[in-house]
Amino acid sequence: MIKKRAMVLVSNDPESIRLGANEIVQHLNEALVTYGIQDEVDVSTVSDVNHSNILPLVVVYPEAVVYGPVKASDVRYLVEEHLYKGRVVDDLLAPPKMLTGQIGWLRGHKGYNPAEHRIVLERAGRIDPENIEEYITANGYEALGKVLSEMTPESVIEVVEKSGLQGRGGAGFPTGRKWKFVRAAQGSKKYIVCNADESEPGTFKDRIVLEGDPHVIIESMAIAAYAIGADEGYIYIRGEYGLAYRRLEKAILQAREFGFLGKNIFGTEFNFDIHIHAGAGAYVCGEETALLESLEGKRGEPRSRPPYPVTKGLWNKPTSVNNVETLANIPAIVRNGAEWYRSIGTPSSPGTKVYTIMGNVNFSGVIEVPMGVTLREVINIYAKGMKPGSTLKLAQTGGSSGSIIPAVLQDTPMDFESFRKAGVSLGSGALLICDQNTCIVDLVKVLLQFFRFESCGKCTPCRVGTQRSYEIVDRISKGQGKLEELDTLLELAAEMERASNCGLGQTATVPIRDMLKHFRTEVEAHIRSGSCPTGICEMAQEVEKV
Amino acid sequence: MTVQTIDHDVVSVVQAAIEKHGKNRDAMIPVLSEINRVFGYVPREAIQEVRKQLHDPARQVHIAESQLYSLTSFYDMLSTKPRGRHVIKFCENAPCHVVGGKAIWDGLREKLSLENGETTPDNKWTLVTTSCLGLCSVGPVLLIDDDMYGNVTPEQISEILEHYE
Repeated sequence: MIKKRAMVLVSNDPESIRLGANEIVQHLNEALVTYGIQDEVDVSTVSDVNHSNILPLVVVYPEAVVYGPVKASDVRYLVEEHLYKGRVVDDLLAPPKMLTGQIGWLRGHKGYNPAEHRIVLERAGRIDPENIEEYITANGYEALGKVLSEMTPESVIEVVEKSGLQGRGGAGFPTGRKWKFVRAAQGSKKYIVCNADESEPGTFKDRIVLEGDPHVIIESMAIAAYAIGADEGYIYIRGEYGLAYRRLEKAILQAREFGFLGKNIFGTEFNFDIHIHAGAGAYVCGEETALLESLEGKRGEPRSRPPYPVTKGLWNKPTSVNNVETLANIPAIVRNGAEWYRSIGTPSSPGTKVYTIMGNVNFSGVIEVPMGVTLREVINIYAKGMKPGSTLKLAQTGGSSGSIIPAVLQDTPMDFESFRKAGVSLGSGALLICDQNTCIVDLVKVLLQFFRFESCGKCTPCRVGTQRSYEIVDRISKGQGKLEELDTLLELAAEMERASNCGLGQTATVPIRDMLKHFRTEVEAHIRSGSCPTGICEMAQEVEKV
Repeated sequence: MTVQTIDHDVVSVVQAAIEKHGKNRDAMIPVLSEINRVFGYVPREAIQEVRKQLHDPARQVHIAESQLYSLTSFYDMLSTKPRGRHVIKFCENAPCHVVGGKAIWDGLREKLSLENGETTPDNKWTLVTTSCLGLCSVGPVLLIDDDMYGNVTPEQISEILEHYE
């Protein structure tokens, strides 16, 4: 007897039948015979789907790939590609936007993620990053050609502005507006700087782009340079990213050889070249003014603002500093237009977001999905659920200074606006998923250890505030805390937020506030009974009882 | 520490680094990184040599030894002190912590009898903590010289360390 290796389900609710589901089943069976695999694949129908806008659906198991809407004429190709050759047919995949919010019926099926939507990571992992020709074949440098031959700098900025693209480094500032400011700034010498100093704990999305698709950054920087009126660009990459550095270096040489960098690009008057600069290990250099200081060969201590980099940036010249993920969106926006980009994600946060998932889940790694996907969906679909025996206790979104949210908030759509309303930060897109064996005090202590170490020390509120906060939480973790110290923590937080010079000190307080907002009982238990409810913290009981 | 004289080695390493990265102020961090790569740290003599070669009032490049020292002490990948032949960097951030990082850290400290920042008497190992290395999907993570290890379990520590001479 031949063992079935795949199962194909076709939706056969009345709407699907009206749209040709029966023909699809018929074509499926015929195509399976054509390819001689009719004994290996089962075809069945299913009626409990609630996706009225993408019917008829064809779902292929065991991978749980969802295609829809499918036409009878697509079936033969689908069978050939997916069932005969084993390749997922991207063009027929159900649009992920339609699936979000209603994915209950997909739960429990492991395998390929049907609902990813890749723009930023479109080529990463699919092309040879060290071969410019593969990038060119995959629409590479087409957007730069279009910009230089058909568009004025103003119209480039307009497209980016209309697309609604917001900076993906954490702050969410509209990219088009930033470019507009730099273009309008006084002076003839301007710079574009790519912030590739990805040091936010739990974040490695930019590394995937830099290592897997370095040319997209070169192309976008050239487009940005044309738009803002720059002829020179810098990539500031963290010192730890050796492989990414070498690939960028190689990509820049290839781009020069092919005439995408250098003088008279595409035979126009436009000149542009890029330098790479490696950092030497300092989290604070991800802050844009600290990054500029470091680029100039100084300690990475953030500058006082204003003036902002858009008017006085690198070497005091107008400068646009853009994150890797932000830039990686640009060529696709230029090629496909602002409307296309706006059709993805939510109205207030268009486009996709790259998330890095980690913690007590079955799958850790990178995904790119439309803005607005919920944490529950990320955990259940993309992370393939919590690890056996684990239940969700909390998640930290956006890295060390990200919000710590309890399980009850997991249905908040993840986009800039919904998160802002819920008082949660989306940050860099890191999603740290923690189970019942995570102690909130222990976690916040680790986060504060990070901040006190990484604080650059320039301003007092941050330098002293992170240190004192750490000491208090450390005492609590040892059963030696006092209840009134919780008020001290909040007082310190208020001062750090008010008076710190940069985002590091201003947001280091987020985990402290969230700890006291959502998990106060657990914190107080450490103080009142001198014990850790999860048994994680090592209590210094003997010392205390004397 | 024994007093070292500026030997040919330091001079030529500094010279090579400057030739590669240029003589402007913005070359200082790459130059110091290069020196650190060769010696495992940035020796005082190298700082003096960099100053000697780069400080040039005629070109408006003003560099003091104190500035170079200040850079070296600020950036985590640069060291002001000599380190062992192999440097173990252990990620102490939250993503590695929640998937069992502490057991690895305790195991390393115990195995090598070292605390954070210390070097073994035989100069073989230096143990330091580091901030996120961007390898969070395979935590807990450690880096030995340029070799990355992910999904590390306490049982694997001895086996991993055995690879190094």
